[in-house]
Amino acid sequence: MNLRITLLLKATVLCLLATQTLAQEKFFVLASTTSTQNSGLFDVILPIFTAETGIQVRVVAVGTGQALRIARNGDADALLVHHRPSEDAFIAQGYGIERRDIMYNDFVIVGPANDPANVRSAPDAPSALAMIANSGASFASRGDDSGTNKKEIELWRAAGITPKGAWYLETGSGMGATLNLASARQIYTLTDRGTWITFGNKGGMKLLFSGDKALFNPYGYILVDPKRFPHVKVDMARAFSDWLISGEGQKAIGDFRIEGFQAFCPNALNLAAEVADRAACPAEAD
Amino acid sequence: METLLQSWQLVAARDPALLQIVGLSLYVSLTASFLAACIGIPLGAALAIWSFPGRGVLVVLSTSLMALPPVVVGLSVYLLLSRAGPLGNLGLLFTPGAMIIAQTILIAPIILALTREAVLPLRREYDALLLSVDAGPLLRLKTLIWDARFGVMTAILAGFGRALAEVGAVLIVGGNINGLTRVMTTTIALETSKGNLELALALGVILLAIAISVNALIHGLARFGRRYEATR
Repeated sequence: MNLRITLLLKATVLCLLATQTLAQEKFFVLASTTSTQNSGLFDVILPIFTAETGIQVRVVAVGTGQALRIARNGDADALLVHHRPSEDAFIAQGYGIERRDIMYNDFVIVGPANDPANVRSAPDAPSALAMIANSGASFASRGDDSGTNKKEIELWRAAGITPKGAWYLETGSGMGATLNLASARQIYTLTDRGTWITFGNKGGMKLLFSGDKALFNPYGYILVDPKRFPHVKVDMARAFSDWLISGEGQKAIGDFRIEGFQAFCPNALNLAAEVADRAACPAEAD
Repeated sequence: METLLQSWQLVAARDPALLQIVGLSLYVSLTASFLAACIGIPLGAALAIWSFPGRGVLVVLSTSLMALPPVVVGLSVYLLLSRAGPLGNLGLLFTPGAMIIAQTILIAPIILALTREAVLPLRREYDALLLSVDAGPLLRLKTLIWDARFGVMTAILAGFGRALAEVGAVLIVGGNINGLTRVMTTTIALETSKGNLELALALGVILLAIAISVNALIHGLARFGRRYEATR
């Protein structure tokens, strides 16, 4: 019986490995952020790329901080994330190569429609946060080392405030969970515009502040360095990078609409087009 | 039933890949239950039958492991299967295989502890008999497991239920990749995070319906088995 069980276990391990090798078509793992995944962007652009190249993109969507850690362990072949300082550090430490600008959108401050802190009238993003802190209103923070969380911390620093106290709620969760909490308690939070537009549980919340340059949210695509991790599928990851910055890829990103609104603005092609576009992109929506 | 139908329609309209997600959930959790049963049943029975130094420690350990949080199991398996970890070369991370391994580790202690509970009273009953026929260790193990089979089945079902319901472990080691490692529970978590609460709840109703069907099927088989035996 023991022999039989050992055999059975061996057979199962082989099966596990077999499913792995059977699935060894052309694919690579892309560590990306919840904001790109939840918006539905990948559902639209990945099938186009896969149809053309036969390469399957396996997207693991986590916070930017976690995505970078996954890549640091060699568990992803490429990154599509949104926190430039962390991206630069990743490359400087010898983990990544060939960073490219792909697209951008922006962060927005959302909160209860009656806007008790009056952030609608704020001159810039740090002042908007300061007004929330000083008015006794509450603020929901991701508190999860994501790109949005890193941006929020930068804004608090710019405002000269160390957020602390019962009014400052760190959810330690993704954007959606944080929005669910903010909506239930009718309090303020910082979110990327794409997630906000698709979010289905707004419950009386409104987009209250946007448009400050400090809220600019660029996404970068980075290849994991094959010199550091020889197993990474750098050719396929690069093929996707090339496609993303091609006219076709950029158009697919720009054409992507959430409930009629453009959610991501392609900015890989050239700077002149980007500057011309930025006034109109992303489209205002609340 | 009507709620179930409505849920199915709501979900199927939004996500045509639903069948594949349900299928993967069942595939992963059933395989994990099978593997965990192969490990947990003989070990659980052995713990009930033989006394040896350190058995008490093992019993406490196995029952405590029932409280293992799925996230902790997921994290451990992640570190094990990561390219930076000892089994990184297998390339199993972010595949269904990794999810099966994590769920097996999660539920083997449950099956082990509950099997031990089921076998323990029978051992006292059968000890004299098995001694008198001079049964070897393998025969004792087989006999007692067979006679405790209904209790053992409950153990497997408890493990299967836990596997089907957990989200923390499969999320970490599977990565919730669309079309590859996305199961019912991770879809529910994803839809909740998108604020699609009705859709998430509808998926929950479907998950519950599947759990009920599997349990009903196995209990039906067990009743049939008992009746068959009674008529013999």
